Amino acid sequence: MGSFVSDPEKEKLETVISIEGLYKSFDDLQVLSGIDLILHRQENLTVLGRSGSGKSVLLKIITGLLKPDKGDVYVFGKRVDKISLTELNSLRLRIGFSFQSGALYDSMNVYQNLAFPLTMNYKNIDRKEVKRSIEEVLDAVALSEKIYQMPADLSGGQRKRIGIARALITKPEIMLYDEPTAGLDPITSVEIIDLINEVQHKYNTSSIIITHDLTCAKNTGNRIAMLGDGKFLQVGKFDVVFSSNDERIKGFYNYNFIQ
Amino acid sequence: MKQKGQIRRRYIFTKNLDSSLTDIYNGFKFFVQFFKELFRKPFYFRETVNQTFEIGIRSLGLITITGFIVGFVFVKQSRPSLESFGATSWLPSLMGIATVRALGPLVTALITAGKVGSGIGAELGSMKVTEQIDAMEVSAINPFKYLVVTRVVAATVSICLLALYCDFVELLGSYMNINSVEGISIQTFLRNAFSSIYFLDIFTNVIKAATYGFTIGMVGCYKGFNATQGTRGVGMAANKAVVFSIFLIFMEEFIIVQIVNWIRYL
Repeated sequence: MGSFVSDPEKEKLETVISIEGLYKSFDDLQVLSGIDLILHRQENLTVLGRSGSGKSVLLKIITGLLKPDKGDVYVFGKRVDKISLTELNSLRLRIGFSFQSGALYDSMNVYQNLAFPLTMNYKNIDRKEVKRSIEEVLDAVALSEKIYQMPADLSGGQRKRIGIARALITKPEIMLYDEPTAGLDPITSVEIIDLINEVQHKYNTSSIIITHDLTCAKNTGNRIAMLGDGKFLQVGKFDVVFSSNDERIKGFYNYNFIQ
Repeated sequence: MKQKGQIRRRYIFTKNLDSSLTDIYNGFKFFVQFFKELFRKPFYFRETVNQTFEIGIRSLGLITITGFIVGFVFVKQSRPSLESFGATSWLPSLMGIATVRALGPLVTALITAGKVGSGIGAELGSMKVTEQIDAMEVSAINPFKYLVVTRVVAATVSICLLALYCDFVELLGSYMNINSVEGISIQTFLRNAFSSIYFLDIFTNVIKAATYGFTIGMVGCYKGFNATQGTRGVGMAANKAVVFSIFLIFMEEFIIVQIVNWIRYL
């Protein structure tokens, strides 16, 4: 079992997310059983695991969409399951969440999708300021020409990019990516991987990237956390994690590359 | 073997009972949450007005056709009975009472339960299974307030207005039939139609329509908001929204009629 912090120098850095002893179950199904995790400022942490291993549940607990059964989840020093809704919402504005399917609002075009979080949260925001922010994030995801298109007219990769743009619109300090390359062709996957790295450099974000794609994990994560049986089996640099003798990790690695 | 079957049937019965009771409890919690959120800031007036227009305009055509046909056919079917004892002059009065006391709100509610209730159930169900509701919540926007409160208020207001419009169209349909056979003028028709209508009838008409509108909005939102199992769940949410709304509307009709009759004969 690897340490949660691979580089001792990182300990000196500010912790933005800290999770201790996290447990979560649905009816009789135990999904997370004792997760410990630390995310430092401006760090990319990739959580790898099989489908149904509880990766997305972890992100939903961090954003307060789900409540943990047991354990402490701190974001910017605040315990997300104990704070008021107002506090939680102001915390959420510092977190960007990119959903697996993009989760764009079907009834709104790209402009309205991007404007929605701004106009709903900042009542006195100037229309010019909204337009400027939208143009900036669309430029960051290289989809400026799609500004007035409906989500149904976009490809899977474009929807994910717009989803990332919407997450960036409130200038978050933490980005959470749920399966950013799932269902995409290899070329589009590489474009999304590049975009995740660009976002980290341009916006100085700390990120958790949930994936089962080793190429994505290797190219985006400063650290990798391998999730299995509700726990982190190994945490560390990519090479360290996959030099493990744990059969579950070896199996995951071999299966991914055979595919 | 027989004992196994009995145990299995008992297990299924207990499981269904458990799920029904859980559903009732969750429905009650949803109802309470609606009133908590209704009076809490922020108020999404623009979205509520948009939804009111959307629901109203979406159902206007259907209400016009259905209301007109109901009025026309009701008169046609009632005429032979009244004719047999020479009382066809009572047709306008009969239509006035039937429309304002029962047909107007009930026809509107049944049409909108199918059109609007299923629409809300499917829309919110689809938003739920494609994580759009979660996306709203992580953007620090209260989805219950933005999606549910606005739609329930909009359904209540627009179905009230639609019911009054349906009353008018039904009376128009019945007038067309009466005029073509009995040849009475519009003034005589209206005078006779409203001669037996009292304030309590109009008031009940509005209260019924508001209750049905609220029910349609609440059930549609509840079923949509709690949709699971992907696209299959969206279809189920839309279907259950219609079936359960119609069931509740008839229950409410039964209760309201008892209360109003009790008040009428006080």
